[in-house]
Amino acid sequence: MIVQKVNVFIRIIEMTVGGVDMPELDSVMLSRLLTAMTLGFHIIFATLGVGVPLLISGAEWIGIRRKDEHYRLLARRWTRGFVVTVAVGVVTGTCIGLQLSLLWPSFMEVAGQVIGLPLFLETFAFFFEAIFLGIYLYTWDRFKNPYYHWLISVPVVIGSTASAFFISTVNAFMNAPTGFELKNGEIVDIQPLVAMFNPATPTKASHVISTAYMTAAFVLAAITAFLILRKGKSEYYKKALHFTMLTGFVFAIATAIIGDFSGKYLAEYQPEKLAAAEWHFETEKGADLIVGGVLNEDGEVEHELRIPNALSILAHADPNSEVIGLEEFPEDETAPLFIHYLFDVMVGIGMFLVFLSGLYLLFVKWRKGNPYWRPLLWTIVASGPLAILAIEAGWIFSEVGRQPWVLWHMMKTSEGATTSEHVGQMFILFAALYILLGTICTTVLLKMFRKNPAETEFEQMKKR
Amino acid sequence: MEIQLLGITVLWIFLYGYLIVASIDFGAGFFAYYGRITKKDHIINNIISRYLSPVWEVTNVFFVFFFVGLVGFFPSTAYYYGTALLVPGSIGLVLLAIRGSFYAFGNYGAKDSNLYMFLYGATGLLIPASLSTALTISEGGFMVEEGGTVVFLVKELFTSFYSWSVVFLAIVSVLYISSMFLTFYASKAKDLPALELLRKYALFWSPPTILASFLVFMSLKNHNPEHFQNMLDYSYLFMLSLFCFLTAVWLVYRKVRYGTAFLFVMLQFFFAFFGYGVSHLPYILYPYITLDTGFTNETMGIALVIAFIAGLFLLIPSLYLIMKMFLFDAKYVQGDRVK
Repeated sequence: MIVQKVNVFIRIIEMTVGGVDMPELDSVMLSRLLTAMTLGFHIIFATLGVGVPLLISGAEWIGIRRKDEHYRLLARRWTRGFVVTVAVGVVTGTCIGLQLSLLWPSFMEVAGQVIGLPLFLETFAFFFEAIFLGIYLYTWDRFKNPYYHWLISVPVVIGSTASAFFISTVNAFMNAPTGFELKNGEIVDIQPLVAMFNPATPTKASHVISTAYMTAAFVLAAITAFLILRKGKSEYYKKALHFTMLTGFVFAIATAIIGDFSGKYLAEYQPEKLAAAEWHFETEKGADLIVGGVLNEDGEVEHELRIPNALSILAHADPNSEVIGLEEFPEDETAPLFIHYLFDVMVGIGMFLVFLSGLYLLFVKWRKGNPYWRPLLWTIVASGPLAILAIEAGWIFSEVGRQPWVLWHMMKTSEGATTSEHVGQMFILFAALYILLGTICTTVLLKMFRKNPAETEFEQMKKR
Repeated sequence: MEIQLLGITVLWIFLYGYLIVASIDFGAGFFAYYGRITKKDHIINNIISRYLSPVWEVTNVFFVFFFVGLVGFFPSTAYYYGTALLVPGSIGLVLLAIRGSFYAFGNYGAKDSNLYMFLYGATGLLIPASLSTALTISEGGFMVEEGGTVVFLVKELFTSFYSWSVVFLAIVSVLYISSMFLTFYASKAKDLPALELLRKYALFWSPPTILASFLVFMSLKNHNPEHFQNMLDYSYLFMLSLFCFLTAVWLVYRKVRYGTAFLFVMLQFFFAFFGYGVSHLPYILYPYITLDTGFTNETMGIALVIAFIAGLFLLIPSLYLIMKMFLFDAKYVQGDRVK
């Protein structure tokens, strides 16, 4: 039994890294790797940057309304950590913004003509957020009416969410390029708004935003749970845990619902992406959903878990509907099959987060339940990193799942990349940068909160 | 006005905005570090940190705004600059990233780290030097298109007198603009020791600024005679710029009206920058991209301009608010407000 499991595991690793032909490290592949690295690093900070302001604003509002100093202190302390992550988010966002032109000049030349509008709007939203964040940070005690300070957080929330929305429309456009015609290689009939509100936009943008809120909530919940385990449950931490877990639950449910719509979007507009993710090879009615498993030498699925008719439900909300299989597409126009695991990781963690936060809330409501039960708290500690892992898996799934296209059915990734010979060196340069930023950011955050624990700060606040 | 011209004007205004706010920021970083090593940090660093803390992120956005707008209005710039500038662009990005994040780390985390201060100060001079290269390249002669790809002539760039004079101008103007602004800010804060020191820096960096400007003029004559001829047609703008420079320095020298003096500094760069820009037209990247060949389609151009105007309605009041709170609020400037 164990031997068999080990074999399955080895097979998975082979399929992910070595089983498929190892691609050559040309400038296209290196450009992809460098973009992936920048995005993979940036997305952690960007997600927190979109989600955390909502929690800060919520905590401050509750604090003012209930005249509860705990909540106001929560908002202050979260803000302080948040600023450090924002700084990394801003600089890595600048990196990806410029790298789009540096690494994908031909893609940007074409795409810029059609999708330039939301890119431009994104910087406006970012501008708006930056200005009000600057004001918010330095005006805690400046107004007599505390609601004025809270009001300043509103444009920060709007700005960060709007910038997530705009940038998601650009990515949606890459999956569903609309709003223009190609005639003899010329781009004509351009409609910027149609390009921006393409068929992929509703599910893509709402998914990005709701997962950002959800992830921020679980990351903050994880930190709180860890502190409770270390220092015991004070009133302050209890409130923090309840607030974050409740927010996490709401957005985990929202994410699950939006995720279902995303499945239906894929089935209708990008069936080959769904088919590759689900290892659905032949078109059939009443298709099963395959969870896990490996592909054997003959390309058959083994060791999988099958949920009868679930794929048909996911694709068309009808257990007997027909789902298009991978066989209907030319082989060189479909994504590598390892994205199946990324899909499973993303969905699996999403489900787990719904369950975990639901269980916590049940323990709070149910008299005999103990929401501070240590195994539960430790699981909450794990939920933060897991949520981020799901974000990473989701993005890699989305990007690799679109391959070989950079603009779906319009432009291949290899046609968009730079021809420069120095991408390899730049990869090393940026890898060093991200390692440096990641390490120092973590140390600075740890130092900040160790030097100035919540308990002492609360005492100081009361004295004031 | 033609939509192309409107587009480039919008972008040029933002680049001008970035030039001013970034110079203040870059120079302040350098002065803060210089203050630290010459043990004068207790005099000036309060002033510097009080100004920088709330606005550093805004400064960064000006830059993002410019290059995203450039690619939006003129997508072919992405192709030419993108292909040619991978290496210098990446180095510039790494410097910017280090600068921004280390400012935050230093300011919110480890207050007294000399290393963070050094990185922050050094990048303050290196970034303008590397960013100014993009303008140098736009004069032509540093890249060629051959065999379907764009090749960047690194050796030409490093051996060109013009290129070095631009780098020199970028660095000294950063120090000049920044010290002029901080002088004004210190006078507003009624911080006399800081004022005295910063005023000295401001006067010290004035002659090199004007000298560097002349150098750029002279070397452009050899490098791109066509552009130089065009500049002569707009010589009145450069005269105005010189006049503003003299007025600003004279006011600071006489120790009066530091605010007006800084306004003249802004005008000095406004006239010079727009004189340079307008005479550069119709080329965006000489000789490959012009206003017409590089422009995105009409529809997108109009959409971007509408978005821009709508955005201004949001931005101008917000910028006014942040300036009112941190620049024109005497209590804040004097450090009487609790953080």
